[in-house]
Amino acid sequence: MTGAAAPPLVSLRNVTKIFPPPAGGGNPVHALGPLDLDLQTGEFFAVVGPSGCGKSTLFELIAGLAQATAGTITFEGKPIAGNVPDGIGVVFQEDSCLPWRTVRANIELGLRKRRLPRAEQNTKVDRVLDLMNLTEFARHYPAQLSGGMRQRVCIARTLVMEPRLILLDEPFAALDQQTRLLMGEEVLRLWRATGATVFLITHALDEAAMLSDRIAVMSARPGHILEVVETGWPRERDSGILEDDRFGPTAARLWRLLRGETMRAADVR
Amino acid sequence: MSGKWRAGWLALYRLLVLAAGLAVLEVLCAADIIDRLTMQPPHQIAIDLVHLIASGGLTRPILRTMSNAVIASVMALGAGIVLASIIHRIPPLRQALDLVFSTWYAVPVLAFYPLFIVLFGLGNLPQILIGFMQGVVAVIVSMLDGLDRVPRVLRKLARTQKMTPLETALLITLPAAAPWILTGAKLAIMFSIIGVVASEFLMARDGLGFEISYAYNNFDNARMYPLIVLVIAFSVLVNSLLFRWETHLLRQRGLKP
Repeated sequence: MTGAAAPPLVSLRNVTKIFPPPAGGGNPVHALGPLDLDLQTGEFFAVVGPSGCGKSTLFELIAGLAQATAGTITFEGKPIAGNVPDGIGVVFQEDSCLPWRTVRANIELGLRKRRLPRAEQNTKVDRVLDLMNLTEFARHYPAQLSGGMRQRVCIARTLVMEPRLILLDEPFAALDQQTRLLMGEEVLRLWRATGATVFLITHALDEAAMLSDRIAVMSARPGHILEVVETGWPRERDSGILEDDRFGPTAARLWRLLRGETMRAADVR
Repeated sequence: MSGKWRAGWLALYRLLVLAAGLAVLEVLCAADIIDRLTMQPPHQIAIDLVHLIASGGLTRPILRTMSNAVIASVMALGAGIVLASIIHRIPPLRQALDLVFSTWYAVPVLAFYPLFIVLFGLGNLPQILIGFMQGVVAVIVSMLDGLDRVPRVLRKLARTQKMTPLETALLITLPAAAPWILTGAKLAIMFSIIGVVASEFLMARDGLGFEISYAYNNFDNARMYPLIVLVIAFSVLVNSLLFRWETHLLRQRGLKP
């Protein structure tokens, strides 16, 4: 999966994850790998695959929230070993807003460790609020916002830390299709504005096809990478890509690769 | 109907029910169906209460009972939160203690009062300990329930934010479990007041419980009923304040309309 001359931002080599048998008995679960993968600096990379193929496990391994059973994962050349490295921002599928903190206080949480002067902290938070169109909701509590806006707060909390790699685990899964498209455009805008690398886990093929430069298609469990599809989209893009002649064939190619795996995953379950 | 209107109507209904109950008692006393030796009419209890408070004769027992109840409640709350945090991290310990917690309130702690007198005398300590023992398990059980309900994603968030265990507790788990902790606190405060007042009946020479018991033994209804009303009013006031706080927390989180 390598190929670019520049050193990869994230590199996975022979990564395997096997979950031990549950306490009550049973067999170990071979969830992932062995797999190799490189993420290049500044790219928008998506992973699609059938349910239960290990997408979220892969996400947690790169985020440093879980440790691989075998193999190595590096971020900027340094190994990730069960700790979230500096420079990685994580957005989860579930709503992770803290409901007892205002939007502003939620975003400030990310800057807690930096111990910045108050004025500088306020400037950073104001900038992210503006970037995410949340300025007028800064004093609101998450319960007063829609699901889409709450997810924007979670993204804002990640962005304020100025990560070099943003990990998104099905961040729009709970949203309706129209909101997903709008949020997708927003993520593309942020990706261009921040220059960060984005790693997106999704089960929506059209979402992956619209947003990504490259898309890894995973097999049924134990998940490994079947193929990496390059979309060839320009960096300046939005949901207008849906009308591009190449969009349909790209999404169709993803489905062609996934169809058999999805049926196999359903049989396994 | 808007939330404010509904709350206003509910308050009015409550007031009407209370007024109706008092009116029935007033009529029963006036008609001598309830004789004066059994109970004073409500208006007389109110007058006696005002006189008792104005005379300053109740200041000392009120302060003693309230301070003991506050100390017992704070101890129950503090110890309950710390113990629940530890127990929650050790599942086998929790399994072992589950039976103790579920049967705790079936054990009459007050039955041990002779032992408490032998060990601690007739001072404040035995009353505070009984109040504490009555309250602490309610806090532990509610807090364990609250900790169980902290979404896993918030614990993952704490890791991505590189929080220490103490930061995770202070910034994530305790605030997330706050509504359940508050439910435990409400119960703990009520149980602590009951524990302190009841133990004053049996092993004290001061306090509202002792005063009620003393008035009862001397057929002094003019003192006994105002004291009972005072204890009830205090409990209702504390409970109402905590209920308002709990409602505020739940509304803030979208868990209550």
